[in-house]
Amino acid sequence: MERRLVLEAKGLRKAFKDLVAVKDVSFHIAEGETYGLLGPNGAGKTTTINMAIGLLERDAGEVLVDGREIRTTSTDAKAAIGFVPQDIAIYPDLTARENLMFFGHLYGLTGKALAARVDEVLDTIGLRERAKDRSGEFSGGMKRRLNIGIGLLHKPRLLMLDEPTVGVDPQSRNAILESVEQLSAAGMAVLYTTHYMEEAERLCDRVGIIDEGSIRAEGTRAELVRLVGERDKVRLTASGTSAGRWRRCAPCPGWWRPPPARRPWNCWSTRPIGRWRPSWRRRRGPAFRSIPWTSTSPTSRPSSCT
Amino acid sequence: MAALLIALKDLRQRLRDRSAYLWGIVAPLGLAAIFSLLFSDLATGAALDVRFAVSDQDRGAAARAFVEEGLLPLDAQGVFAVEEVASAAEARQKATAGDVDAAFVIPEGFSAAAEGNGTSAIEVVANVDSPIAGQVASAVAGQFVGEINAVGTSLGTYFTLVGRAPEPGEAEALVPEAMAVPAPLALAETTANSKELSADTFYSAGMAILFLFLTVQFGVLGLLEERQNGTMGRLLAAPISRRAIVVGKALTSFVLGVVSMAVLVVGTTLLLGASWGNSLGVAILVLAGVIAAMGIMFVVAAVARTPEQADNVQSIIAFVLAMLGGSFFPIAQAGGFIAKLSLMTPHAWFLRGLGDLAAGGGAGAVFPAALYVALFGLVTGGLAMFRVGKVLTP
Repeated sequence: MERRLVLEAKGLRKAFKDLVAVKDVSFHIAEGETYGLLGPNGAGKTTTINMAIGLLERDAGEVLVDGREIRTTSTDAKAAIGFVPQDIAIYPDLTARENLMFFGHLYGLTGKALAARVDEVLDTIGLRERAKDRSGEFSGGMKRRLNIGIGLLHKPRLLMLDEPTVGVDPQSRNAILESVEQLSAAGMAVLYTTHYMEEAERLCDRVGIIDEGSIRAEGTRAELVRLVGERDKVRLTASGTSAGRWRRCAPCPGWWRPPPARRPWNCWSTRPIGRWRPSWRRRRGPAFRSIPWTSTSPTSRPSSCT
Repeated sequence: MAALLIALKDLRQRLRDRSAYLWGIVAPLGLAAIFSLLFSDLATGAALDVRFAVSDQDRGAAARAFVEEGLLPLDAQGVFAVEEVASAAEARQKATAGDVDAAFVIPEGFSAAAEGNGTSAIEVVANVDSPIAGQVASAVAGQFVGEINAVGTSLGTYFTLVGRAPEPGEAEALVPEAMAVPAPLALAETTANSKELSADTFYSAGMAILFLFLTVQFGVLGLLEERQNGTMGRLLAAPISRRAIVVGKALTSFVLGVVSMAVLVVGTTLLLGASWGNSLGVAILVLAGVIAAMGIMFVVAAVARTPEQADNVQSIIAFVLAMLGGSFFPIAQAGGFIAKLSLMTPHAWFLRGLGDLAAGGGAGAVFPAALYVALFGLVTGGLAMFRVGKVLTP
C-alpha cells in the first residue's frame, strides 16, 4: 500500500547574488519514512531545509507539506513541521520547561494538554529531573536533547533535523538516533541531514546525495549500491600526519591522490577516517576503488600502506 | 496572541537577568539623586556662603546709608554676612587672604561727593577665588552708587532750572524728597509660559528620558539576540506571522519603557521631591517619549549586524541625544546653533513639555511638545520597518 506523501519538494532553486546555492532540487518523503540528505559542508543541505520549512524564500520551485504549500509567509501550514536546527536554539535564561512551554504555546498548545505534552517530551529527552533548571546551565548534550525536544513538542507530521549530532558525545548521539528511529516507527516523516554515512545507513529509508547545490544520486541504500555496482569494501585505520600517509600509501596499486583543487570532501585524505565517502563518486576514476570508508576498524590492510 | 507570548517571554528573560532593573530604575534614580544633590543648592543660591567686610572711612550720611540701609538689612535677611572693620588696609587684607569674599572701602569725602562736592568712589576688593561673590559685591555697590547719582543728578537739574546755586543745607534737605519720588521704570518679575524646572525635577526628568532609551533598547535588541541564539529560525519556522515577532519585540520595549518611567516618576517624586506636574500630562509625555525611544532604537537594530554592535551604537545615540537635548544641563539656554540643534532631539521637547506642566499647564498644555516627541518615534520607526525584514532571517 502506497504511503501518503508528507513532503514534496520540486525544482527548488536558490541563489545568493552570483552564487547558486541550490539548483533544481527535488525529493519527497512519505509518512513513516526517514529521508537522509547527505553532503559535505556547503553542499546546500541547510539552504534546502530552510526553503522546505519556509525560513528562506526560494527563487523557484515548490514545497508542499501535507498537501499545503510552504512559503516564508505561511503560518498554519508550518504547524505540520517540527524543526531541529543544526545549532542549539534555546533560551538559556529560561528553564527547560519554560522553553518547551513557550514553543508549545506558539504551536497552539494550551492548558493541561500542553503541560501533559511538555512532561511527556521531558521524559522522552531525559530532562524531567532538570525541568526547573535554567537551560543555560545544561551540558552540551542536554542542550542538544532539549533542542530536539522543542522540535517534537507539537507532534509534527514532518520532523526536520539539520545535522543534530554535530558536536555530540557518543552516548547522547546514540540516544538521538534511537529517538529518531522511534519517531519514524511511530509514523512521523523525518528529513535528516548529515555527513555521517553510518547515521544515514542506520536511520534512512532513502538517501539523497547533495553536492554543489544539486542532488547527484538518490534512492535506498540498495539502489545506490546498484547504481555504481558492487565493489570491495576496505576498512582502514591510520595515524600520524596526512603527509606521512600519502608517502606510505603512494606505492599502493590503484592509489590516487586527488588534485588539490578538488573540494575537501572529495579529497578523502584530508578527512578523518571513518567519515562517509559517497560510493557513486567511484565512477569518477580509479581513485575511488577502495571506498566507501565506513568504519575506523581495520579489517584488512595492504602491507605497503601501513 | 503570538506577539504577546513573545513579549511575555522576553520580559521574563529581562527580569531574570536583572538588566532591566539596573538600566530602567536603579541607574536613573541614582544619577538623578546625585545630580540633584550636586546642583539643587547652586540653583537656589543656598550653596553661596558669601561674607563681606566693609570699612567706612567717611562716616558721613551717605556712607552710613550704604552700610546701614544697604548692607546690614541683607545681612539680617541671610543673603550674605557683613562685618565692619576699622581700616581700609584691614578690609583689603581680609579680602586678599580669603577671610572674606569681598571688601567695601568707603573713602573719606564720599558723603560730600554724594552731596555734589567733588567726586569719590566705593572701592570693591574681591578675593580671586570668589568671582561670584565679587560680582555680587559690585552689583550691590553699583546699585547704591547709581541711586546716589540719580538723586544728585535730579538736584543738579533742579538748581540749573531755577538758575541759582543751592543755599547751605538746602541740598541735604531736598535729598529725602528726591529719594521719595517713585522711579518711572522698574523691574518686574513675571511668570513665563514655559517655566524653568526645579533642579530636582529637571535632573529627575533628564535622567529618566536618558535611561528610557537605554531601557527600551532591550526589547528591540531581542530581534538581533534571537538571531545570534539561533532561536530566530525557530520563531520563523513556527506557525506565526513575521509581523508578530516584530510586534512582540516592540511590545517588550513599550512595557519596559512605560514601567521604567512610571517607577521613576513616582520614585523621584517621593524620594527626591521632584514635581512633575499634571499627572495626565506627564502620562501623555511619557507615552510619547517611549514611542520616540522605540522608533530610534528600532532603526539601529534594523541596520546593526550583531546585538553587541547595536548595543554600542544605541548607547552612544542615547547619550549624544541626551546631551544635545539638555538632559544633563539646560543646553537651550546657550542660545544660537546649539539651542536650535537641541530641538532636533526628543529630549528637548520632552523637557519643554514638562516645563509647560511646571508652569501650571494642564494635560492639554503638553500636546504640542508630546506631538513632536512622538513624531521622532513615528518617523524613525517607519524608516526602520523598511529594513526590519533583513533582521527576520535565521
